[in-house]
Amino acid sequence: MTEILFYSLSIIAIATSLLMIFHKNAMYSVLFLLACFFSIAGLFVMLNAQFLAVVHIIVYAGAIMVLFLYVIMFLNMSTPITIRKSKLVMFAAVLTGLMMAFLLVVSVWQTQAFGQHPEIVDQNIGLAKTLGKVLFNEYLIPFELTSILFISSMVGVVIFNKKEVEDE
Amino acid sequence: MVLVLVLFLVSITIAAYSTFSERKVAAFIQDRLGPNRAGPFGLLQPLADGVKMIMKEEIIPTTSNTILFVGGPAITMITALMTSAVIPWGPSITIAGQKVALQVADINVGVLYVMGVVSLGVYGIMIGGWASNNKFALLGAVRASTQMISYELAMGMSVIAIIMTTGSLSIGNIVHHQNGWHGMEWNIIAQPLGFLIFLICAFAECNRTPFDLPESETELVGGYHTEYSSMKLGFYLFAEYVNMFISSAMITCLYFGGYNFPLMDWVQSNTNEIWFALICVGVFLAKIIFFIFFFMWIRWTIPRFRFDQLMNLGWKVLLPLSILNMLLTGAFIIFNQ
Repeated sequence: MTEILFYSLSIIAIATSLLMIFHKNAMYSVLFLLACFFSIAGLFVMLNAQFLAVVHIIVYAGAIMVLFLYVIMFLNMSTPITIRKSKLVMFAAVLTGLMMAFLLVVSVWQTQAFGQHPEIVDQNIGLAKTLGKVLFNEYLIPFELTSILFISSMVGVVIFNKKEVEDE
Repeated sequence: MVLVLVLFLVSITIAAYSTFSERKVAAFIQDRLGPNRAGPFGLLQPLADGVKMIMKEEIIPTTSNTILFVGGPAITMITALMTSAVIPWGPSITIAGQKVALQVADINVGVLYVMGVVSLGVYGIMIGGWASNNKFALLGAVRASTQMISYELAMGMSVIAIIMTTGSLSIGNIVHHQNGWHGMEWNIIAQPLGFLIFLICAFAECNRTPFDLPESETELVGGYHTEYSSMKLGFYLFAEYVNMFISSAMITCLYFGGYNFPLMDWVQSNTNEIWFALICVGVFLAKIIFFIFFFMWIRWTIPRFRFDQLMNLGWKVLLPLSILNMLLTGAFIIFNQ
């Protein structure tokens, strides 16, 4: 049962993310990405990480993708377009993408839980309590620093927008 | 499983009769009679409306995106009905030696689950509005998404204060936490500001007047469902009533003690378990019905906002207030330790 669920969710995740990349219509791309997020949330639930699953849905599906859709609707980007960039830029993009993927694969490979049956993994690992304790004890400083980074970027966006209005 | 089916039927019935009582309440407020032809007191009106909706001709515009056009109402209805899974209807009862909780799933992140599903509700409207390929529908969809994103924030912040006082993300625990003082220790007493913010945001999330800008008929014809006809339109309208029912249930659970009622410990010691559970469910439903009535009362009392007023209220009033409420709650908890 667990294995069937795991494989079907993974296949959906991979298929939808590929469709997201290859679909010409930006609207469908967003919806495929959404489906991908849901299957990943399903994988989180299988690891008993309900908190992570729900937050994943709230943040990505509920907030970020809504903004994506919003922009696509506003700019009317749903008509199929071909993106033309110079060969050099495309090459650099592919290279950095591959490097990033390599890094991620290697770092995931080295974790202890890799390749283990989901039922063997610590059942408390993704609960709000466990996560909160880890974040606010062991990783307090990195966590706070990320928050400051977020706030400064948000303030930055507001300031940039204000300036444009004053210039006009 | 049985509970899921019962819950589904109850949600649908209450939503159907909300459409009826909406017209009755409107009539009462405007000193009219309201629907009174179908059955005694017009009680069969929802049935007649349902049949009318299904029998009407269904038009799918040729310029629309058919798949998404059909998907929009479906998503709206699914997300509207999904939330009810985590609402606790009463204390657990023992049937044939087994403890049965009157709640479909007491997942330990219930509150967040509700927030998540609510935030997905906007997709049905956005997809439907976009797929209609109509500028009014698109404007309605854009308005809906802007409004929902803006008010979700303040809503989440006001709920955080409740989570801080309860120390749990499970709605079952939050309701259970409010049964002190003979069943009167409701969160509204400790969190009046939070309640006000949550209430306003609930109105905005349901797209109810005074926040019904996505479908304001004076400006946008019909808003996001301009192009919809027959039962698809019915689904959009019906989902609004289901949402209203679920929001009322959430308001009751978070701020008005859920199924707790005054002197409930006395009642518990004087009746058997089944009766007690039934009374609890009855009390809970009564509170929900009061809030549904409140939703309607507001609708026929307060006129619609202008869009910039709506944004100002959301970002410049409710959000700072909810952050203040969160800080005050935190300070209070620390000083009381």
